[in-house]
Amino acid sequence: MPPMLEIRDLYVQVEGKEILKGVNLTLPVGQVHAIMGPNGSGKSTLAAVLAGREDYEITKGEVLYMGRSLLDLDPEERAREGIFLAFQYPVEIPGVTNMYFLRAAVNAIRKHRGLPELDAMDFLALVREKLRLLHMDEALLKRSVNEGFSGGEKKRNEILQMAVLEPRLCIMDETDSGLDIDALRVVADGVNSLRSPDRSILVITHYQRLLNYIIPDQVHVLLDGRIVRSGTKELALELEAKGYGWLERELTVSKL
Amino acid sequence: MPTDTATITQLTQREYEWGFYTDIEEEKVPKGLNEEIIRTISRLKGEPEWLLEWRLRAYRHWLTMEEPRWLPNIRYGQIDYQDIHYYAAPKRRKPLASLDEVDPEIRRTFEKLGIPLEEQKRLAGVAVDAVFDSVSVATTYKEKLRELGIIFCSFSEAVREHPELVRQYLGSVVPYNDNFFAALNSAVFSDGSFVYVPPGVRCPMELSTYFRINARETGQFERTLIIADRGSYVSYLEGCTAPMRDENQLHAAVVELIALDEAEIKYSTVQNWYPGDKEGRGGIYNFVTKRGACRGRRSKISWTQVETGSAITWKYPSVILQGDDSVGEFYSVAVTNNYQQADTGTKMIHIGRNTRSTIVSKGISAGHGQNTYRGLVKIMKGAAYARNYSQCDSLLIGDKCGAHTMPYIEVRNATARVEHEASTSKIGEDQIFYCRQRGLSTEDAVNMIVNGFCKQVLLNLPMEFAVEAQKLLGISLEGSVG
Ligand SMILES: Nc1ncnc2c1ncn2[C@@H]1O[C@H](COP(=O)(O)OP(=O)(O)O)[C@@H](O)[C@H]1O
Ligand SMILES: [Mg+2]
Repeated sequence: MPPMLEIRDLYVQVEGKEILKGVNLTLPVGQVHAIMGPNGSGKSTLAAVLAGREDYEITKGEVLYMGRSLLDLDPEERAREGIFLAFQYPVEIPGVTNMYFLRAAVNAIRKHRGLPELDAMDFLALVREKLRLLHMDEALLKRSVNEGFSGGEKKRNEILQMAVLEPRLCIMDETDSGLDIDALRVVADGVNSLRSPDRSILVITHYQRLLNYIIPDQVHVLLDGRIVRSGTKELALELEAKGYGWLERELTVSKL
Repeated sequence: MPTDTATITQLTQREYEWGFYTDIEEEKVPKGLNEEIIRTISRLKGEPEWLLEWRLRAYRHWLTMEEPRWLPNIRYGQIDYQDIHYYAAPKRRKPLASLDEVDPEIRRTFEKLGIPLEEQKRLAGVAVDAVFDSVSVATTYKEKLRELGIIFCSFSEAVREHPELVRQYLGSVVPYNDNFFAALNSAVFSDGSFVYVPPGVRCPMELSTYFRINARETGQFERTLIIADRGSYVSYLEGCTAPMRDENQLHAAVVELIALDEAEIKYSTVQNWYPGDKEGRGGIYNFVTKRGACRGRRSKISWTQVETGSAITWKYPSVILQGDDSVGEFYSVAVTNNYQQADTGTKMIHIGRNTRSTIVSKGISAGHGQNTYRGLVKIMKGAAYARNYSQCDSLLIGDKCGAHTMPYIEVRNATARVEHEASTSKIGEDQIFYCRQRGLSTEDAVNMIVNGFCKQVLLNLPMEFAVEAQKLLGISLEGSVG
């Protein structure tokens, strides 16, 4: 079985500026990997490129999703094929209810998979179950997508969507930032409940603390557009203790 | 960025779907405008002397007026008023007794529009007075309405059958000398609709008229008059589409609404006239005067409009709040695309005590479209405790279009309260990408965002009309509406 995701020597530019400088990463099916890195190291850029955002120029390299080339697909095709990105900054859509938005998304994906569309009743039953899982109030469904949501509500809403859409590959971009410890636990429980042998999760984070709750199979450190080190969850603890500066210094030394 | 912008551009450049032309023989008055033409129109319509006199007074006044060129955001070509046919009617041999006698060609036109008359008859609670060009060719539900004492007929018929009502109210809200286009309409108006709802009667169905401009180079001058007597209620729907053509066409309708004590009129419009092509050629000039008078205490007039068509739209459905405790509302969605220009808004004139008004305007601009909200809230001296709330939001799609908001507020009573909010936003790449990442196509994403933006207004449309609005806006309606 091919890995869920294979990134080979990926180079990406934005407005002429090189952001990713040869990223290599293999995420096997059923595993959870973490990508850690300081601000500006290119984590969100990598997530956006995987999701198909169009203002990024891929100058070199390739990305395989379940053995098939990913980069030629539109964002919506990738989503329908099972790639989900929990956004670092979820977007507000005034006047469109969360419920309507989510049902449209579910049905777009079901249609692609040759499944019948869910009617309002079936859909509500499905969402209610996931709401409980994430300790979310049903009233949130009637509000406009992310409009007036607190930071924590926005992040939980992303995980709610992820739970409802049942993707194969979940990419979570700093879902932990801005969450207090209780919310962090709830989100982590939600994510852990989605762990399964046929699903892979890429957890992007700046801090180690989320990884106390979502235990990764592997940790990768992204620094200045390159994965500079990979290891087990202990690598995250070491980073936490010594700071990113430690790795940066070590790398500079090894270059000399 | 470039790809999404390109896609949005494509989406907003869909061709006008209903640009077909119906071949029907038309009986035309020769081109041009003079007293003789006006006398001919009046004679063809078998009008009484007083109405002819009124037309002539309007015409003579019109001759002294200047065509308005004052709107800074609106540009339009020269209109040659002598090069217009002021009257056209489908030819027919004898008066029609039933729908079966309606010209099959006209019937087909309605079918293309998706509104076959026979189906409309069956449509839950919708009575249809179909106006084809200038003369009513079919009227339905008349008998049922008549049982309740409700009069719903063509304007010409009202002149024949209910001259005292027409004479009492015609021009009482929009005088013939009100403005250049209202004066022109008063001189040459061909037909339109008339509604009278007697005291205490709640009209059980939406009254609906589909207007359609069809005769080549025929200016359209409809006249609509709606009177809701004490304690009555009526909801009126107006909608239209027009065939594709090259010459600019002038449309200058006048709508007058009168609500007496505790009466309520709800007037909804979906306007989808030919907007011109992608280069801005052709299209309808839509210069309309719409005004309602809340004459009675606790009366209410509510305008809801979805404006998607016309090359130029110039209209300000207004409410004169005379009666104490009366209420005026204006809910509007105006879309301009390609080279369309819209200058629309409302006037709320507060005269009575405790009068209240609400204005919600949503302007959507795409392509090179220019969208202006122009509104006046005027609180007169006697309007103690009057209140107004205005909200004007603009949505921009692409970077070549424009949105302008011009609220004018005049307050002459210190106890009044006036609130105004305005916003301008752009359909963001972020919003579209977010939707696409959830599996929605760009088209569905744009529809969803636009629909969300307009929701407050669409919710005010009667259900049947919300469906029409959905068709015309090309948006998928939200659960709460559809
Ligand atoms: N759209 C963009 N235009 C210009 N520069 C960008 C854009 N997106 C990201 N960058 C730059 O790329 C670098 C990496 O950003 P990002 O991927 O957001 O990092 P991270 O998520 O790791 O904080 C930063 O220097 C940022 O300023
Ligand atoms: Mg980031």
